Amino acid sequence: MKLSRREFLINTTVAGGGLVLGFHVPELIKAVEKTLVAGTVHTPNAWVHIADDNTVTLISARSEMGQGVYTSMPMLIAEELNIDLAKIKVVIAPPDPVYTNALLGAQITGGSTSVRDGWEKLRIGGAQVRTMLVTAAANEWKVDASQCRAENGEVFGPGGRKATYGHLAEAAAKLPVPKDVVLKDPKDFRIVGKPVHRLDTPSKVNGTAEYGIDVKLPGMVFASLEQCPVIGGKVKSFNAAKAQAMPGVIDVVEISDGVAVVASSYWQARKAREVLSIQWDEGPGAKLDTASMMAGIHAAAATAKVISIKKTGDAAAVLAGATKTVKAEYELPYLAHATMEPMNFTADFRGGKCLLIGPTQFQQGAQGAVAAALGIKPEDITLKTTFLGGGFGRRLELDFIVQAAQISRAVGKPVKLLWTREDDMGHDYYRPMALHRMAAALGADNKPTALTFQLTSQSVTQRAFGLAKDTLDPFMAEAAVAPYAIPNATHDLVIHDTGLRVGYWRSVSHALNAFANESFIDELAAVAKQDPYAYRLSLLGSQPRFANVLKLAAEKAGWGSAPPAGRSRGIALMEGYDTYMAQVAEISVEKNLIKVHRIVVVADLGRMVNPDTVEAQIHSSVVFGLSATLHDQITLKNGRVEQTNFHDYPVLRLHETPPIDVVLVASTEKPGGIGEPATALVGPAVANAVFAATGKRVRKLPLTPENIARA
Amino acid sequence: MPTNFSLNGKIVSAKSAGDTPLLWVIRDELGLNGTKFGCGIGQCGACTVHVNGAPVRSCQTPLSTVEGKKVATVESLSTNNSHPLQKAWIAHEVPQCGYCQSGQLMSAAALLTSKQNPTDAEIQEAMDGNLCRCGTYNRIRAAIKTAATEMRNQA
Ligand code: FES
Ligand code: FES
Repeated sequence: MKLSRREFLINTTVAGGGLVLGFHVPELIKAVEKTLVAGTVHTPNAWVHIADDNTVTLISARSEMGQGVYTSMPMLIAEELNIDLAKIKVVIAPPDPVYTNALLGAQITGGSTSVRDGWEKLRIGGAQVRTMLVTAAANEWKVDASQCRAENGEVFGPGGRKATYGHLAEAAAKLPVPKDVVLKDPKDFRIVGKPVHRLDTPSKVNGTAEYGIDVKLPGMVFASLEQCPVIGGKVKSFNAAKAQAMPGVIDVVEISDGVAVVASSYWQARKAREVLSIQWDEGPGAKLDTASMMAGIHAAAATAKVISIKKTGDAAAVLAGATKTVKAEYELPYLAHATMEPMNFTADFRGGKCLLIGPTQFQQGAQGAVAAALGIKPEDITLKTTFLGGGFGRRLELDFIVQAAQISRAVGKPVKLLWTREDDMGHDYYRPMALHRMAAALGADNKPTALTFQLTSQSVTQRAFGLAKDTLDPFMAEAAVAPYAIPNATHDLVIHDTGLRVGYWRSVSHALNAFANESFIDELAAVAKQDPYAYRLSLLGSQPRFANVLKLAAEKAGWGSAPPAGRSRGIALMEGYDTYMAQVAEISVEKNLIKVHRIVVVADLGRMVNPDTVEAQIHSSVVFGLSATLHDQITLKNGRVEQTNFHDYPVLRLHETPPIDVVLVASTEKPGGIGEPATALVGPAVANAVFAATGKRVRKLPLTPENIARA
Repeated sequence: MPTNFSLNGKIVSAKSAGDTPLLWVIRDELGLNGTKFGCGIGQCGACTVHVNGAPVRSCQTPLSTVEGKKVATVESLSTNNSHPLQKAWIAHEVPQCGYCQSGQLMSAAALLTSKQNPTDAEIQEAMDGNLCRCGTYNRIRAAIKTAATEMRNQA
């Protein structure tokens, strides 16, 4: 069963969405382009802008947060526009319905959707403009369009006639946008599918790439915001006298989330913030602590209402009558996103209009939330997206954007709000903690005859998009159903609100569900006394893409031969974001301390846009997933997040990063997403390797020495 | 009293208070944005600059301590990406979000001035204080070796 996240979000996001016919060119794009090009800019459609001086600007409707859309989105347009990538400029789109992500129903960068959403849409966009340019040339030359062709920024016609795109742009932009265009046969692609140098790299090696933290506006002041140490708490009263007297301080203002010190430099604001005296109403969150929250999850798992994800046959009956059964519970902790660039945004609210500049994954959300907070219309807000110093889901949230706008309103000046790392760690929207209860019955041939899967966790979608209670959160069902043939299977979900705010975190529930499913199938293989690779393969039936990636991973990792002395291997398999993936982890364990020696990743993600970026994304996802697997957890005591910075929330360092061997399956299937699945799969691969190494089944992440010792 | 030092070869005079971390002086007063803030406690390396050729965390370096010294930031490598490290970073497509990369480059640059042919262990030691949340570590290792080769060939 394919659950439609899309339909859900289309109906619920503030932004609305769906296919937009026709378009207007947002004013901000024009303004941005004026700084890039000389002469008039013509806009045949929302994706391609061509200036008189022949500068071609392609629009990326997705935010660049490391995943490469600043290159891959233009590649798709340029392929059909027939223009050399070296000759184009790129602008990140402002909020506009025309830039809606059809897979998510709003202008959102996330869910590994950018290529999947843009695959046809952007090529059509490029082909439309190519057709319009050719028609404009044919009209000018009074020849038939079939005698003209567009090539590398020029249109060529009979008798050696030629004209640049820039020359033709004005006439082309006046033509109707063609409804039906013919797209290239993929075998004729010249850009798409080839490893291409990223267009953002040059600016990222000499310090010129602009992130949110780098934004400067004339007359801009700097803000540092003290928020309640208990998330959700409110200011009762505060005394700013000392802070006001500190050098450089311009004002101290209260906003909904806390008290902001505004100064003429960041450091002055930050220093003055230290001497604020604030009385907080900590609210109900003050009682939260991790142990009782996990106890609450266990209680809910036993008693609360169950929502069905999928049901086949009668697993309960088969389990009740079975002679050989296996049961296990898996626990996952809260996690922080910890993007390298702490949260920040710049806002300038004056005269009823608000300019917002900064790093966001959700342009329309920012526009809507700030409009609501300031009591102005969304049209009165312009938003420019900078490069993001990491996203991972954290920059889908809008808290820091609203804060910047409120502070700007309070002081009547352009303001850059910058969080500290401690603010960031303590005021995240955390990946929810989770409990899986699994049970299976094995038949005489040791194959599973029944399986029950129950996930108990918190719904991000209820909080973020107002999903109704007691309805299935499709994001929680991701990768819940593993590919193995089991005649009777019940997959259930229990949604339990622990009281801490939660958010989408790279690979979302794939990471939760794949850990439980891929650990549990490994447990079944062990009970069946079978090789975990062979056992999985025997349960795949006729699912060639699953079987293929699994076989290739085993081959690449040398599964058939003994690992080097002292090392052990674990394997895991999953489909996520339309990508089929298998991983093998090769590790050793000494005194309960894991060393990862090698990770093998085989991915079949259908057609690829930029294979070099695909490989980079897999590396990135593995490292991100290994951080969570080996080290990371967020804990609470007295309502306060206990971790504050990278010393107590350690993310993977270079010395811990193993060689990562990536095998990409050549495929003509439609593209799958690759920004996330490898993050989900590395956890179970390593945990299964720990079992192979030690005989201990660690059912609780992270795989720290303490958790291994307790297993 | 202003603090005078050399920034990327130019003498500058900074008015910020002497206890202001060099990071914020470079960024907010002197207007060079390449050096980044990641943690503020010396844990991430995003703020790495050179002081008299040695890599330091500028978030942990009070302005007053660089009086009369030579400070170099990522902008000093080159503005046209001609430095062997910048070329290698581009050839290997190291950056993802790119936020940590100024610090990575400055740690690597310091390494290559002392070691012309760094071993894996030396690379690890020099680079282990620079976090990359995007996980570009394996490409960083490879790019440092490429740059080292080019610099040896040039020498
Ligand atoms: S900001 Fe200086 S080490 Fe992290
Ligand atoms: S490239 Fe994003 S943190 Fe290193």
